[in-house]
Amino acid sequence: MLTISLPAFAGLGEDVSSVQADQAHMQGSLRTTQTQAYTLHEIQAPSGIVVREFVSPTGKVFGVAWQGPWPPDMRQILAGYFGQYQQAAQAQVNSHAGRKPLVIDQPGLVVQSGGHMRSFTGRAYIPEMLPQGVSAEAIR
Amino acid sequence: MRCITTGANRIANRIMVTAAICGGLLFAVACGGSGSSSDGSTVTTTPSNNVLAISVNAGPNGDYANGAFASVTVCVPSTTTCQTIDDVLVDTGSSGLRILSSVLTAALPQQKASDGNAVVECLPFVSGYTWGPVQTADIELSGEKASSVPIQVISGSDFPVPTACANFGSSQDTLSALGANGILGVGTMAQDCGQGCESPSPIYWECPASGCVEAGESLALQVQNPVALFSTDNNGVIIELPAVSGPEATLSGSLIFGIGTQSNNALNGATVYPVDVNGNFITTYNSQQYNQSFIDSGSNGFYFLDSSSTGIPVCSDANYFYCPSTTQNLSASNAGSTGTPSGTVTFSVANADNLFNNSPNDNVFGQLGGPNSLSGFDWGLPFFYGRNVFTAIQGQHTPGGIGPYWAY
Repeated sequence: MLTISLPAFAGLGEDVSSVQADQAHMQGSLRTTQTQAYTLHEIQAPSGIVVREFVSPTGKVFGVAWQGPWPPDMRQILAGYFGQYQQAAQAQVNSHAGRKPLVIDQPGLVVQSGGHMRSFTGRAYIPEMLPQGVSAEAIR
Repeated sequence: MRCITTGANRIANRIMVTAAICGGLLFAVACGGSGSSSDGSTVTTTPSNNVLAISVNAGPNGDYANGAFASVTVCVPSTTTCQTIDDVLVDTGSSGLRILSSVLTAALPQQKASDGNAVVECLPFVSGYTWGPVQTADIELSGEKASSVPIQVISGSDFPVPTACANFGSSQDTLSALGANGILGVGTMAQDCGQGCESPSPIYWECPASGCVEAGESLALQVQNPVALFSTDNNGVIIELPAVSGPEATLSGSLIFGIGTQSNNALNGATVYPVDVNGNFITTYNSQQYNQSFIDSGSNGFYFLDSSSTGIPVCSDANYFYCPSTTQNLSASNAGSTGTPSGTVTFSVANADNLFNNSPNDNVFGQLGGPNSLSGFDWGLPFFYGRNVFTAIQGQHTPGGIGPYWAY
């Protein structure tokens, strides 16, 4: 039983405390790794989905990466950015018709996602929130 | 099994197996030529027609680039109530047939779980999901038939989309979003999800009147690769498309069923690349190895890496395509999922803006490419132009070994 109230949606752009909500939502195990520039919280779900949340020294989730047989709950891990993601994904589907990996590169939000059923991989991050010295390449 | 030949179906069959190669076991598999049946009498047989025409064209929305389409016939199981649906995308990157409910007129029965509840599926793709009931159909592709196959009928209205499904992203439940009347998944897997969906997941749902809940489904109740359920020619497929020199309006080719089961589907020296349990193999580019690479006729370009690792800029108006100033001639190496065998692939990536702007009426672009930042190489339909690509289904025996594998 939870005795503290957690944000309903956690993840990208939220406080580090939201990682616990994601862990609870995924019914996963949590492993935390500290590096000089950020803290990595890796949540492993029984389904095989792995979500990695990258937290800045100021305690904000600036990037998330995922891998698994199907995508994670994108609303959960993108939190307040889900609407922007959904809109941009729909726009890409409707232009230059054809099935392809997803690339969203907008001011304030980058999402890249690829793969196929049984093997999905992706990442999302907020470019302005990357801690100094951390490249987007680290988010995987 | 045994097939009695009539004049009519001889004519209907485009490919004949000669009597000389149709003795013994091969006779039983290919059902061709003449041979002795188990009761000692002689029967005359023909191979089943295993060639389905495919066409790369603009698709039902008129704007598809590099989409291979075919016609699929679905029937109410064990009846002659059938419907042929055109413009179904041929996809070796997924398994199972999916049809938009808006184009389906045949009243197919609902797949029910053991407790009697309707089975409904939410299938995620990279950029969204399709939602709708699992129904069963007899599927006819050229002369091949699979009976009572679970398929997905894509529909946002039969059952309300549950939150956990909508949370995958954007809906592809409409013709405009899907760009096809359906998807014919003829990939390396026998089911779309497999063992991972035997436990409750956001993929399979059961929908009593009280609402849809996540449910585990046995493999047999999941949406099936129809090829694996054919009585013959059921171990995989070949896609044959000619080479192209530049953009073209349309390209005609074949989806051939079976590998090494008839005279028209032999491996003929193609190299067999085994695939791992998730449907991936290894591509090496610039000495870097990418273990989550795959061949996928349902992707519409060469999708690989990103600008920082390739040095190729993306298009300013479409960052999901590459726009090099001059056409890039590239080379990579594909290998089986355990590292062997390996073979070199050369391919070219042209400026996508120039391709589309200079050839506004064309739909076949053999040099279309774009980034795929995290999962290595996604060898889409341009890879198939000028190559016969074999896709062997998991667990099925072929002259090249047991699937899953790709061969070319």
